[in-house]
Amino acid sequence: MVTGIGLVAPNGVGLERFWQAVLDGRSGLAELTRFDASGYPCRIAGEVSGFDPAAHLPGRLLPQTDVSTQLALVAADWALQDAKIEPGTYTDYDMATVTSTATGGFDFTHREFDKLWSQGPRAVSVYESFAWFYAVNTGQISIRNQLRGPSTALVAEQAGGLDALGQACRTVRRGTPVVVSGGVDSALDPWGWVSQLAGGQVSRESDPSRAYLPFDADAAGYVPGEGGAILVVEDEDGARRRGAHQVYGELAGHAATFDPPPGSPRPPGLRRAAQAALADAGVRPEEVDLVLADGVGVAPLDRAEAEAITSLFGPRGVPVSAPKAFTGRLYAGAGPVDVATALLAIRDGVIPATGATARVPDEYRLDLVHGAPRPAPVSTVLVLARGRRGFNSALVVRRADA
Amino acid sequence: MTIDDLNRILVACAGEADSGPLTEQRVDTTFEDLGYDSLARMETASRIADEFGLSIPDDQVMELRTPRDVLDLVNSLVRA
Repeated sequence: MVTGIGLVAPNGVGLERFWQAVLDGRSGLAELTRFDASGYPCRIAGEVSGFDPAAHLPGRLLPQTDVSTQLALVAADWALQDAKIEPGTYTDYDMATVTSTATGGFDFTHREFDKLWSQGPRAVSVYESFAWFYAVNTGQISIRNQLRGPSTALVAEQAGGLDALGQACRTVRRGTPVVVSGGVDSALDPWGWVSQLAGGQVSRESDPSRAYLPFDADAAGYVPGEGGAILVVEDEDGARRRGAHQVYGELAGHAATFDPPPGSPRPPGLRRAAQAALADAGVRPEEVDLVLADGVGVAPLDRAEAEAITSLFGPRGVPVSAPKAFTGRLYAGAGPVDVATALLAIRDGVIPATGATARVPDEYRLDLVHGAPRPAPVSTVLVLARGRRGFNSALVVRRADA
Repeated sequence: MTIDDLNRILVACAGEADSGPLTEQRVDTTFEDLGYDSLARMETASRIADEFGLSIPDDQVMELRTPRDVLDLVNSLVRA
């Protein structure tokens, strides 16, 4: 069961602000302001603005954390506050944390490299030893909230956030009542930016409203964003026993697969991941009310994803959306933000739209929700994510009383 | 080196203590109680060594338990 959510996204800091922005069709994509990007071929990003980490975190944590970790710590704080777990309800070993990050602490490391080259090795912060590291968010969230249960970190590019939540469910099934889990990424310093551009899929479009159009005939690549979500995943009996004041829904099934090598005659693994996640949840395709797609915005990949979806659900067999078009791709943050979106779609009976996507090629045979949100009863959602170099992950989100 | 110098360097390296800026009243409070872990002490010692042109070996850093320990060591090294 999900009993708490903390979310930080480019179009909304905080869960309800993000959700209102998504329903209002407000995008967080704009010209990059974190540094002067005028000389770069790609200049549109999803930046979290109006967020001051010093207003939310103790001073001691600031010099030792990258912006991505600051966002993760605050999201975890908000998730735990949202879950309203009274102190003493659980022991420290009853609570764990599982997180994912795809890029680590780029901005922090960039500054330390700058010191290394300009002032020498003695000027490099001792905190660089862990501030860059993929497990740092798990470590810092664990320390700050005294979560000493079985914790881990997973890395699978954009698929990692769903993998973390899947691992959180398995950890709960194995007897840890509470797992604080999700993913957050940020790499919008010059080094982080060129590292993302090197992947070759970032949009060169200079108009923010045209830069990221998943499943559109004019799709020109994706826009990177920063942020993510941390969820409190709690054992059903435990949540009931403590009288949890809210249950957003259930993470009912998860599966991950890996693509065959390039040139292999075997198909990509996304369909298999989706099928296995549905099987894990005990859900038939016809019971699924909504698919939140990976929606990378690169035509061959959009086509491959459309094929995976139609092969499972039939042509136009299920509403599909990719609201991440409003935030940019958040890497490890994307899956958990989509899961939060799925839970709110279930709560409010509305399917958010795929950003500014307007013209969906007929050949995709998708019922893509675009232009405006679509009111619809939603009880079961399949969330898909793909990571560069072959990662696929799928997670089934279900209404708690379904 | 004064307590204000130490506070400035500590805050730059490891952030402000939960109890606020370092003052004379807390010169004998352990770094642990002030909320600074071993990495914070290492980082601070390395910055002090740089700024004051000193060399402080790591094992000696670990023996510095309070702000007074640091001030005494640094000032004795500066005088030497």
